Amino acid sequence: MKAWLAHHLQSLRTAAARFRAAPLATLFTVLVIGIAVALPAGLYALLLNLDRAAGGARPLPELTLFLKTDVGAEQGARFAAALKNDADVADTRFISRDDGIRKLEAMGLGDLAAGLPDNPLPHSILVTPATGEPERLEALRERLAGDAVVERVMLDAAWIKRLDALLGLGRDLVFLLAVLLGLALAAITANTIRLQIYAQRDEIEVAQLIGATDRFIRRPFLYFGAIQGVSGGLAGWCIVMLAGWSLQAGVAAVAAAYGVDFRLAGFGLGELLPLLAISAALGWLGAYFAVSRALREMEKF
Amino acid sequence: MIELSDVTKRYPGGHEALSELSLKIAQGELIFLTGHSGAGKSTLLKLIAALERPTSGTIVVTGQNVGRMKRAALPYFRRNIGLIFQDHKLLYDRSVIDNVLLPLHIQGMIGADAAKRARAALDKVGLLGKERARPITLSGGEQQRLCIARAVVSRPALLLADEPTANLDSAYARDIMDMFRAFNQVGVTLLIATHDLDLIHQYGGRQVDLAHGRLVRA
Repeated sequence: MKAWLAHHLQSLRTAAARFRAAPLATLFTVLVIGIAVALPAGLYALLLNLDRAAGGARPLPELTLFLKTDVGAEQGARFAAALKNDADVADTRFISRDDGIRKLEAMGLGDLAAGLPDNPLPHSILVTPATGEPERLEALRERLAGDAVVERVMLDAAWIKRLDALLGLGRDLVFLLAVLLGLALAAITANTIRLQIYAQRDEIEVAQLIGATDRFIRRPFLYFGAIQGVSGGLAGWCIVMLAGWSLQAGVAAVAAAYGVDFRLAGFGLGELLPLLAISAALGWLGAYFAVSRALREMEKF
Repeated sequence: MIELSDVTKRYPGGHEALSELSLKIAQGELIFLTGHSGAGKSTLLKLIAALERPTSGTIVVTGQNVGRMKRAALPYFRRNIGLIFQDHKLLYDRSVIDNVLLPLHIQGMIGADAAKRARAALDKVGLLGKERARPITLSGGEQQRLCIARAVVSRPALLLADEPTANLDSAYARDIMDMFRAFNQVGVTLLIATHDLDLIHQYGGRQVDLAHGRLVRA
């Protein structure tokens, strides 16, 4: 166990020494990886902020239940109270037909109501759903419409669907971009490792001659690839944060023009850590691929 | 210890370096492999060390069929063999002691134990005072001795040396040969390819003579 640990430390030291040997080349590679990481990460951050901005402006949709005309006020109120126990329902408000007509009058439509011989309105219930998800809203609507006391349910969810579809498209774009640039990251790493292997050909050959396993030879390169990936991930994060910071004033101005207070949110630890883990893994993968290829080419046996 | 039967090695392009060679080497032997350049000496050493595969025939070293060995088994096999090269194959970007430590690191030996053994090996070849030096600052004879120290540090039972004294003047060459004899006296099997016949006469041992890939004298 101790030897194993010491061995990994040794590999790590070797990898670090290789960074020190070519600081400028390393810096450029890290920068290139950083930009590759920053593109999908930045788009993702933009999407998060967009979602947040929309969420802040979005009132939860309301469902209006019109009860059947033969349902009495008392029964309607009981039904409204019972609905509150539904998991998908946050709140309900019973509006009796008298309240309804008064509301109409308050809205200046009193003349219209006065012209009618009888109050034409049914009792109604305003339902505030617990969720904004279009699918669950739709399910709730259907469930409520199926009830015996309900005549009709109205739900205006079209704009929620549109926004959701747009955000979904954005997420797909981020995913696509992340896959493409992840491949690029692995390829960049593979290329730098390939150059390194070329420079260290003698060392690898000698190590093979005196009984080094592929794993032994591969290890420092894998560390190198992973460290380079993490550094690139950090650089990408810095780029995104810098971009966000430089856009902050502009965004605040736009938000102010719309009369809202909105500030860009950056990446927290919850986003940074997976980002670094993924870049490390991709760097590792690129290195693994490059070294395995080189080892196959070098072995004459 | 080593048994070759009808071993042929043909390189791509058709050149046949060894032709149907059969040879037995017992444990603890000191063998000089002689012959003109291109006679197949280096090829024979490479085949025994599992650096190359024979085209046909079988090579058994310490009970293992070298030609049939899987790639993953090669490193472990090679650890039992000390290789000494004419061009030393030292790593010039690290110190003398780090060169000797490399085989031990490869075998997972690290720390004070490894350092002790590396220093013991350097002591044997008379380089203890230069452990922090860079190999490039050493003379040709010293570089060859460093190569020997690296080969013996993991205490292999078999040492293979390809023209170890080729680029050395006779005083240095004798130094090296004395070392080899000392290893042989403690039971190490030695196979030394050389064309320096004077040396052989001084040191005795069995002579295996090759010509055009065939055995002339065993």
